[in-house]
Amino acid sequence: MNGLTLAALYFIVASGFSLIFGLMRTVNMAHGALYLVGAYAGYAVFEIFYDNPATYDYAWYAGVLAGVAAAAVVGVVMQVGFLGWMQGQELRQALVTIGLSIIIADQLLAIFGGTSRQFFPPDALFGATQVPIVGRYPTFRLVLIAIAIGVGVGLWLLLNRTRLGLMIRAGVDDRRMLEACGVNVRLVSISVFALGAALAGLGGVVGGSAQPFTQGTDVQFLLAALVVVIVGGMGSIGGTALGALLIAMAEQLGQAFAPVYSVILTFAIMVAVLALRPQGLMGRPA
Amino acid sequence: MMRLSTNHLLLALFAVLLVLPFLVPPFWTANILGRALVYGLIAMSLTFLASYGGFVSLAQMMIAGVAGYTVAILGPTSIPMGAGLSWGLTIPIALVMATLAGLLVGVIAVRTMGIYLLMITLALAVGFALYVQANISVFNGYEGIRNVLGPQVLGRPFRDPFVFYYVSLAVCSLLFAGVLVLVRGPFGLVLQGLRDNPRRVSALGYNAALHRIAAFGVAGFIAGCGGVLVCFYNIGISPGSIGLWASVNILVMSVIGGLGHPIGAFAGALIYVLFDTFASSIYDRERFNTLIGLVFLVIVLVSPDGFLGIGKRLKESLQARLSRRKPKAAAPEPREEGPST
Repeated sequence: MNGLTLAALYFIVASGFSLIFGLMRTVNMAHGALYLVGAYAGYAVFEIFYDNPATYDYAWYAGVLAGVAAAAVVGVVMQVGFLGWMQGQELRQALVTIGLSIIIADQLLAIFGGTSRQFFPPDALFGATQVPIVGRYPTFRLVLIAIAIGVGVGLWLLLNRTRLGLMIRAGVDDRRMLEACGVNVRLVSISVFALGAALAGLGGVVGGSAQPFTQGTDVQFLLAALVVVIVGGMGSIGGTALGALLIAMAEQLGQAFAPVYSVILTFAIMVAVLALRPQGLMGRPA
Repeated sequence: MMRLSTNHLLLALFAVLLVLPFLVPPFWTANILGRALVYGLIAMSLTFLASYGGFVSLAQMMIAGVAGYTVAILGPTSIPMGAGLSWGLTIPIALVMATLAGLLVGVIAVRTMGIYLLMITLALAVGFALYVQANISVFNGYEGIRNVLGPQVLGRPFRDPFVFYYVSLAVCSLLFAGVLVLVRGPFGLVLQGLRDNPRRVSALGYNAALHRIAAFGVAGFIAGCGGVLVCFYNIGISPGSIGLWASVNILVMSVIGGLGHPIGAFAGALIYVLFDTFASSIYDRERFNTLIGLVFLVIVLVSPDGFLGIGKRLKESLQARLSRRKPKAAAPEPREEGPST
């Protein structure tokens, strides 16, 4: 059950990573930094609301909004300012995002310091709920799972049932043809990047409520997103969900039975998948 | 003619480096030049992979870490553990371990290229650091292992700036020359062929995977030498010194210097160390990462082939200007810009 919660969190973060990679072949090494941007921005707003008794109840929701918005804005700035005009130079883009993530992480450290923080979910989501089979379980973790399922279903609907989704999928298959059809691919790219970054920000706030965050959390989630996407397959929502589930379960089981080797277990899965199916479990052959 | 003049330049550089410790204060010898050399060595293992094989690997610091930890665990002076083997035994074992680690990374990553390789090696590097941090019984967890002093050389301790500097310089020069010789030999040519057109080289009957894995092994050996020296430089090793940021720093050095030629690694390491040392007088000591991040970003945005590329372009524009005066000279042919495109 804890594995499920972690899987939900990994899925939220990794789906944004996978989305961006799927359309634009951009490996966003700053994804962990975006997670942290969302978490800190959300926390800054959350704190203001939380200290004021009148708005106390809305503090968490405001934090979620602020975190998502901040990450999305940073994502758009990254795409417009840096990545947009070097489209197709994948390695260079990855290097740029590494540079950006160094700067973002350092500036966040300068502004917010190194102490770890945690959100307090609103009272409505706090406490425990009776769940069949497992008994009492923290409500917030159920909410987390619900959010992840919501994100998954939402993304699936967006990609498969809307015009924007149609354009995104067309862009994955043949970018230049789509451009020739008169679609403003630049705009589509920016919105996809904003969406992917927003998901990282959402992960930041939601994850920041489930476990404390500090400097270094960005590394943890960048790593998680990478491994999940490598295992699950690039650009596939189903694959990301499967990968998140697999990796989170492995991590939890590993921590329960052999804490020292839990990281090794995660990597054993990754290596096994790479050896047998280099494109990931549900990925299409490149 | 061209190659000869490059060799002369390198020899002149070597001569300058040889006498430099007598001209600058000991602080510079150990903490700037020496440090640039040992980190440059690790960066060179990456540059070697990138410029001749086309692999941008983030696992080189991890391999250096394997060597460093081997030395720390087996060495005679380590605190709090240490098997107490002699240095003469410890260091070769560390290098063998690093080479094996390099081969292992190669085996894992051999089927991938470009950004996939970058991602997988990053995951491996971070995973190793996290594993080391979690494992207390062998690696002493978060604290790492201290007091790895290194052997005595000519009766003087390894910590002596001159000893450290000259040993580092000797190791770096040998490996540097070794790389230059290697890439001109059959193995290097096959490797470069694989970088440019893997299908054709495979069609000629060369085993692509084996050559790539071997390249990772060579890079592993180089990184291992660097790792041992870095371990002596820091008098110990801890997970923080081989984690994500350490790996990224190696990449930053290589890219700042330029991925086109092994010398770029050392140039980049020197620039990095200079910024690290004098950041306080430029911006703010605490915000060193922002500064180096900005430098890195500017280099990637403006000159993807790094500091060397800037020099090369200056030279080319100068030549172009000269040749405009003498119309018979042809403009220099645009060279391939390495793997960064």
